[in-house]
Amino acid sequence: MLLDKTISELAAGLRKKEFSSVDIVTECYDAIEKHGKELNAFITVIDNTTALTYAQKKDNERTENTSPLHGIPFVLKDAYITQRIRTTSASNVLKNYIPQYNATVYQKLLDAGAILIGKMNMDAWGHGGSTENTDFGPAKNPWDTTRVAGGSSGGPAIAIAARMSAFAIGEDTGGSIRNPAAWCNITGLKVTYGRVSRYGTIAYASSFDTVGPMARTAEDCALLLELVAGQDPYDATSSPHKVPKYTQKLTGNIEGIKVGIPKEFFGQGLDSEIKKSIDIAAKKFESMGAKLIELSMPMFDYGLPVYYLIGPSETSSNLARYDGIRYGQGRNQFTPETMRRIMIGTYALSAGYYDAYYKKAQQARTLFIKEYEKALSSCDVLLMPVNPTPPTKIGELMSDPLANLLADVYTTSQNPVGVPSLALPCGFTTTNLPIGMQLVGKMFSEDLLLNIGYAYQQETDWHKRKPGILESP
Amino acid sequence: MAAKKFTIDDVKHIAQLANLVLSDEQLQKIAEQLSSVIGYMSKIQALDTKGVVETSQVTGLENVFREDVVDEKRMLSQESALSNAKNTHSGYFVVDAVLEE
Amino acid sequence: MVTYKTIVGMEIHVELKTKSKMFCGCKNDPFHAPKPNIYTCPVCLGLPGALPVPNKKAVEWTIMLGLALGSEISLFSKFDRKNYFYPDLPKGYQISQYDQPIARGGKIVIASEAKQSFSPRHPELVSGSKIASSSRFNLIGTSRNDGKTIRIHRVHLEEDTGKLIHSTVNGKKVSLIDFNRSGVPLVEIVTEPDINSSEEAKAFLKKLHQIIRYLDISDADMEKGSMRLEPNISVKIMSLRINAKQSFSPRHPELVSGSKIASSSSTPRNDDESELPSYKVEVKNINSFNFVKKAIDYEVGRQIEILEAGETPVQETRGWEEKKGVTLPQRRKEAAHDYRYFPEPDIPPMRVTKDQISELRTKIPELPDVKLARFIKNYQLKPEDAARLTDEVELANFFEKCASQLSIINSKLSIQSLANWIINKKVDYTKASPEELIKVITATKQVKQVDEVELTRVIDQIIAANPQPVAEYKKGKTGIIMFFVGQVKRELKGRGDAVSIRKILQEQLK
Repeated sequence: MLLDKTISELAAGLRKKEFSSVDIVTECYDAIEKHGKELNAFITVIDNTTALTYAQKKDNERTENTSPLHGIPFVLKDAYITQRIRTTSASNVLKNYIPQYNATVYQKLLDAGAILIGKMNMDAWGHGGSTENTDFGPAKNPWDTTRVAGGSSGGPAIAIAARMSAFAIGEDTGGSIRNPAAWCNITGLKVTYGRVSRYGTIAYASSFDTVGPMARTAEDCALLLELVAGQDPYDATSSPHKVPKYTQKLTGNIEGIKVGIPKEFFGQGLDSEIKKSIDIAAKKFESMGAKLIELSMPMFDYGLPVYYLIGPSETSSNLARYDGIRYGQGRNQFTPETMRRIMIGTYALSAGYYDAYYKKAQQARTLFIKEYEKALSSCDVLLMPVNPTPPTKIGELMSDPLANLLADVYTTSQNPVGVPSLALPCGFTTTNLPIGMQLVGKMFSEDLLLNIGYAYQQETDWHKRKPGILESP
Repeated sequence: MAAKKFTIDDVKHIAQLANLVLSDEQLQKIAEQLSSVIGYMSKIQALDTKGVVETSQVTGLENVFREDVVDEKRMLSQESALSNAKNTHSGYFVVDAVLEE
Repeated sequence: MVTYKTIVGMEIHVELKTKSKMFCGCKNDPFHAPKPNIYTCPVCLGLPGALPVPNKKAVEWTIMLGLALGSEISLFSKFDRKNYFYPDLPKGYQISQYDQPIARGGKIVIASEAKQSFSPRHPELVSGSKIASSSRFNLIGTSRNDGKTIRIHRVHLEEDTGKLIHSTVNGKKVSLIDFNRSGVPLVEIVTEPDINSSEEAKAFLKKLHQIIRYLDISDADMEKGSMRLEPNISVKIMSLRINAKQSFSPRHPELVSGSKIASSSSTPRNDDESELPSYKVEVKNINSFNFVKKAIDYEVGRQIEILEAGETPVQETRGWEEKKGVTLPQRRKEAAHDYRYFPEPDIPPMRVTKDQISELRTKIPELPDVKLARFIKNYQLKPEDAARLTDEVELANFFEKCASQLSIINSKLSIQSLANWIINKKVDYTKASPEELIKVITATKQVKQVDEVELTRVIDQIIAANPQPVAEYKKGKTGIIMFFVGQVKRELKGRGDAVSIRKILQEQLK
């Protein structure tokens, strides 16, 4: 399949005219036709005639100077504002919303000549880790359609795994790129807070939200990040930090890299098969020249409370604009999970409780920042699990609100701190369910993370495996 | 702070602040769920944060401004501004009469 | 005898006249917009995914206003979210400042004879029908002849909301919303409750208005809504009724007798200055300085009546109804205003250095009090003339252009006559040019000159026609010369100047 290739392989092939954009896009729509309904990854599929006409146009326009993304199909988590194309955030509140402007990240991709083919299913407003908190039906894991794909960027992860798209832009606030990446066997990057503009991203938690690439390889993520990163005058929190040429920093050499293993992240509660796979990955890093360092990060237990007090507080405010007056349906259309988060946040900010909850959490956040700084001063990256269990059965997490939140235990401390993390496939369970791991680095260390990921993916082929569903006719 | 048990009145008050209208059944359910979730999150009280300054932003940025110029290309036409509203009239958004002021 | 003290704190909102809005690049001109909802964008319309970026000029102007008011400029400040729901608030929160405003403290000194007293003998001094009938009240304000200081509590920056218009569409009562104003930079100025009468309130507001106009940061036009104000009004009981025989007159405090009062000699027992009444009433919907005075007078009277009955006025928000001349309770919005303030995560905080503050200070133009003093000194003008000329900075500038023009062309016109002309003739400085105006004044004064021959002839004529007054003058009644001057001027139909006429008359009458 064309979509087994990396983006740079596709770009090279397109330039050499071995195949065309129309070919790639056609492949996408074939996959969508075959598996779209079953997997329910899409909320809005761009009309295929429109997409193919556009692909043809891109083929005609291609020169040696056009971007490597020129003519490459992609999907967006439906949290990204796309002018004239319905954007819902997977909520009935916005089921008919047609935006009047473009998100910066979307505009950059359009300017590069990439082709949007779908707006993807997700946990509404980012509220969830399984793409079940959606008004458009739960999305299914292509590796086992009785199970969830992860979330909240479930739709994008499915599309990449099921060869319906070459890449995607997801959004990570507490694991929402890493979680589905790990459960769908793809690569996803939670960037440093502020690395990529949030303008046009439907906000969940303003000081946690990050915009990031999802694709089959770390190399693809590097290419995408080069394009989308950078300061945006429309986003006051976007960073002026220089954007390196990430692809040029992919040496594949990780000799001497210190990989920290925080013991609290591998304690009780972590599925044994996942622990085993990550152990093997750690040994792999060692064999590639890296050094493993055991360390302790005792704030571990406070990760969930910090995330689940600040996040809902910010979301309770960010969702206040949905009053149905200028756009959207009424507030009674929010799902129970979303209403819960709004209520938690409203409570945590309310008079008499602000100090004990919101303020306390923001103080704990400072302590987390210090802890990560300390940990990352004795090593270059931290190796952690992404999910405590393999993909759950559909309905399992939604039945217990607290259990639902607890599933985020490994991915909720990085966002309050702002550090980047790369999620990589690193194995499978005995029942052939994907297992992922994450590499966490210092602020703006994406180049290092991507290089380690790239190096790892030269030595392993987990990321090349395809879900069985694709083999069936 | 001991784990709080949310009453219906507690939840009603929060819902009012949050501009959410909930049925009695929903209120009951949410009261139980909030008790459970907030109960768990309350473990944060055990953390010693004496003298610790809050972090509300991690960028470390300061003084990010825009110059005082009109940005025509971002301005919406009236039609576009109103395009998603359920109820408009002569260029205005419309809501049921607001009684105050 | 019970005495009461008016306690007023003022909250003023001023729309800054930046070119663009506070957090986006939309045009900032809501009042003149030809249609509703044409100056909006994703940010000020509160669309999903939009983000605010603050307007540098708005921040600078707020600092400058703080400096002009003598406030302390915070070296570190930030924006916060004020969360509440209202149809004119598109994001469901207003970006404002909570605990770290741009400026704190400051003051405005008003020239105060602003004494509000209700005397049992002169109930007509009080406005509002309710008071006239209750002549037992006594109200004291401060009565110092030097300036009175009204302290500023804080100055902060926030964004304005959209505008709601009440209407009926298809028979149904609706509210129409226009977001042209949403996101316009708004400075909020809050005073301490130092204002003790409606006159003081008016004086304070006029002074503040003048400073803002001098800085040229806002039109501060109450009719157009670019300046809005809300007084917070309460009434403090100053002394308790001791016995029926006790009388207390604001004009003769030393007449007070009675053991409880005697201990504080001749001045009324003044409760702890810092102790304020337990309630305050916020009054909205006041659209002019005159209405402020009326509203405060009415509201104070209303509160006194309640206090007189032994009750405490309800803490609430009331609206001024100009047509009826009363305040009416506004329906309470929500049970409690729990705004759940938290730091605005989308906007990095602001840090300013002392050097930057100094630089902004140099950008502040000459302020009213300084200009007034300079006009009196440099132009030798009477204080009241100087005050008139510096009331508006545009007029002051125009006057100075004219004055300098006088010296450029070596005119014989005096500065005083120029001032008189401008003041009395209410010259429209937007239409006249200094050169033209001076030509007009000079010409008029010339036309008013009469040639000596004609003047002498007329004077002789008048003297001849009035033998009796002439005789009286010669007897020593020199004051009667003004009669002759008047007659001469009448004959000359206003031409000629009184000084020369009088001189010639004196000569002739010798």
